[in-house]
Amino acid sequence: MDAIDITIKIAGEAGQGLQTIGQLLSKAFSRNGFYVFANQVLQSRIRGGHNWFQVRVSDKKVLAPCDTTDILIALDKESSYHKKELTKNSITIFDSTLAKIEIEKGLTLDIPLEKIAKDSGGNKLMGNTVAAAAVLGILEYDIGVLFDLLRESFGEKSEDVAKTNIKVAQAGYNFSYRKIQGNRLPVMGKNNGVRRMLLNGSEAVALGALSSGCKFISAYPMSPSTGIMTYLASKEKEFGIVVEQSEDEIASINIALGASFAGVRAMTASSGGGFALMVEGLSLAGMTETPLVIIDAQRPGPATGLPTRTAQEDLEYSIFSGHGEAPRAVLAPSTIEDVFYATIKAFTLADKYQIPVIVLSDQFLADSLCTIDNFDIDSVKIERYVLTDEALKNIKEYKRYQITKSGISPRALPGNPYGLVVADSDEHDEKGHITEDLDYTRPEMVRKRNRKNAGLLKEMSPPVRYGQKDAKNVLIGWGSTYGALKEAVDILNAEKEKVSLAHFNEVWPLNKKYFDFLDKAKFACVAENNFRGQFAHLIAATTGKVIEHRINKFNGLPFSAQEIAKEYKRLKKAKSS
Amino acid sequence: MTDLNAFGEFETAWCPGCGNFGVLDAVKDALVKLQLDPHNIVLVSGIGQAAKLPHYLHSNVFNGLHGRAIPAATGIKIANNKLVVIVTSGDGDIYGEGGNHFIHAIRRNIDITVIVHNNQVYALTKGQASPTSDLGYVTKVQPQGVIDAPVHPLTLAIALEAGFVARSFAGDKEHLSSMIQEGIHHKGFALIDTLQWCVTFNKKNNFVWYKQRSYKLGPEYDPYDKVKAFEKSLEWGDKIPIGIIYKNGRPSYEEACGLMKDKPLVEQEISPQRVKTILKEFF
Repeated sequence: MDAIDITIKIAGEAGQGLQTIGQLLSKAFSRNGFYVFANQVLQSRIRGGHNWFQVRVSDKKVLAPCDTTDILIALDKESSYHKKELTKNSITIFDSTLAKIEIEKGLTLDIPLEKIAKDSGGNKLMGNTVAAAAVLGILEYDIGVLFDLLRESFGEKSEDVAKTNIKVAQAGYNFSYRKIQGNRLPVMGKNNGVRRMLLNGSEAVALGALSSGCKFISAYPMSPSTGIMTYLASKEKEFGIVVEQSEDEIASINIALGASFAGVRAMTASSGGGFALMVEGLSLAGMTETPLVIIDAQRPGPATGLPTRTAQEDLEYSIFSGHGEAPRAVLAPSTIEDVFYATIKAFTLADKYQIPVIVLSDQFLADSLCTIDNFDIDSVKIERYVLTDEALKNIKEYKRYQITKSGISPRALPGNPYGLVVADSDEHDEKGHITEDLDYTRPEMVRKRNRKNAGLLKEMSPPVRYGQKDAKNVLIGWGSTYGALKEAVDILNAEKEKVSLAHFNEVWPLNKKYFDFLDKAKFACVAENNFRGQFAHLIAATTGKVIEHRINKFNGLPFSAQEIAKEYKRLKKAKSS
Repeated sequence: MTDLNAFGEFETAWCPGCGNFGVLDAVKDALVKLQLDPHNIVLVSGIGQAAKLPHYLHSNVFNGLHGRAIPAATGIKIANNKLVVIVTSGDGDIYGEGGNHFIHAIRRNIDITVIVHNNQVYALTKGQASPTSDLGYVTKVQPQGVIDAPVHPLTLAIALEAGFVARSFAGDKEHLSSMIQEGIHHKGFALIDTLQWCVTFNKKNNFVWYKQRSYKLGPEYDPYDKVKAFEKSLEWGDKIPIGIIYKNGRPSYEEACGLMKDKPLVEQEISPQRVKTILKEFF
């Protein structure tokens, strides 16, 4: 079998079933040994507009979208916008009865989607099934996988609907199977049949939260974070997790803090604007030393910005927001798989250090689908760092905010029969009561809280290094750009550019030692999805080294490896000339 | 056996003669009469002079942010519904800064008791108008007198179908204590708007002003009659009614949610292994 790396783009209006087709294909590939990375580019509307869903399928792990499109399913006139992504081998599928499309590049297939559906006994909605099957026909993929999926998704409702869909799928498959003269796309056939998981970043957060024993989430709906509470709501009874849609994000964080204070693992989730409303509560978490996990699924701002697009604009804000000074940790998972583990680590750190932990996700991670081998649930160890009644019994006078070397004070929960638990947003003494003793208590409490940073710093993982080992050139990134950067490094090294990648998925606090590689670097370049170069700022603040070469993308779309490689070469050339 | 000693005596930051002392005495009295152990109580407050009350008796305390006492109390009760959760904060805190939370907590009907120390003035910030200040009330920030219509908290609560809506007076310990006891006993959100004088900043609505106007609702008054309750809640002037203005039997949040029926969330088992059973959805 040739190496497989095919991108299928389904383009059209919202409401035309782009997701249905895209998800069917993604799942069909993930179930038969292939790896999928699928992302959606959507307008903030329910119907109409021009949107697309792109599925990249490969026999190797893929973590980012590709610039070129091999199969374009063009469901509306605007789909011709994508002709710049086509190659001479690309195939465009369209239905001339629905939309007139002008594509000069590659091959085309005019397929009457609705007519085929109706002629095979279905209705016009089943045109989506025809489209998905037609793609599989072009790739000579095992249609049986699609039949299974249709049986599973419709079988519960009605066996007849499932049967009709299968008939319709067969007709769509037959229509395209070996029918396109000059089809140079590889034959996918039957792969090894290994079934792998396919999930999006919101589901990965939710699974991480459930694995961590999270019992409470309060949130206010906001794209692109809403999927987290939606999924958790479907598991309320099974996992005994309460999902509370609060009146606003201020309530979200304060309710979650109340729940955490009372002893359950609790979280909240939002995007930048909602997170902004939570910032007062973030400061409260710092002062009362209440564990809390906050997910910020970033989208482009300022203000309402681009609600359904992606960005990495909240990095500095997530680290420096909140009045006063208190420690926090900020994790920035690099892939959908990493989102799961980052969420688990966030709960652990929050409990261990009694701090708020922010997980910086973004629309790209939240809404993309990725094939994942499995999650290592057995590796999850839950430690609550809470005093047992037995331990409390032996403490003569319990002090919630006892001054300690590590800065971490013994945590008891209200309701225990041995020690009262007092938390205050005012500056307080060791027992938690309001104080204005400026000579001793205030400075000692400030020091105590901030001493946690030393411990936290040791918890942060070093960057992932990838590419040429002793390369003098280094690409630096953080968070969700990992897939594109890793692939960019491959492209560049294939062209003998000698590049390595330093990628951070835990961004605060930052350990200066983790930047030692800069000492040997001749050319360093930071790539991020924002305008200002926020991670570059953090590097400068941490190491004193200003990295001038930057690749910044801020139009709301994720990076592709090809564009990073191209921009890298341009910057490098400009430097040496 | 819990007695007054269990709740201790503390030095306070209140002005001598402050109405808050009356509320503190009534809270302690109610807790003793209900035989509640300090370890099973959480007092939650925001910011303001009233919000310091939790520091002046033995109990668990969450003294949160200005306006955010009700959300914090909500989370505490959801996580551990064995705890008796009582909010004590002022009119600015609950009806002003926390107005949105007040509205939605009533809709939720979470089983907490909210005592609002309503002195119709912002005292800790030295005398500005509050959401309940009377029209025309003059302050340094409102030198021409208040032009905003005052909030009628009881009317608002009734409109939102609050299950327990009461008013009391900080100068009548026995009455306030009985309202607090009834409020704690009530399964669901209980509002006790408490008339309270401010000796320093509100020269108009002083002890005598409230004392002369407040009168107790008699046994003939039916708090389950919503229309009558609306009328009573709007009575404000020469006569101000105190007592349970409105009641209904709405199920509480905890009853409706059902997840904490057998035991509190905080006592429920945690099992990462169970996640394995749902991973199949994704294959």
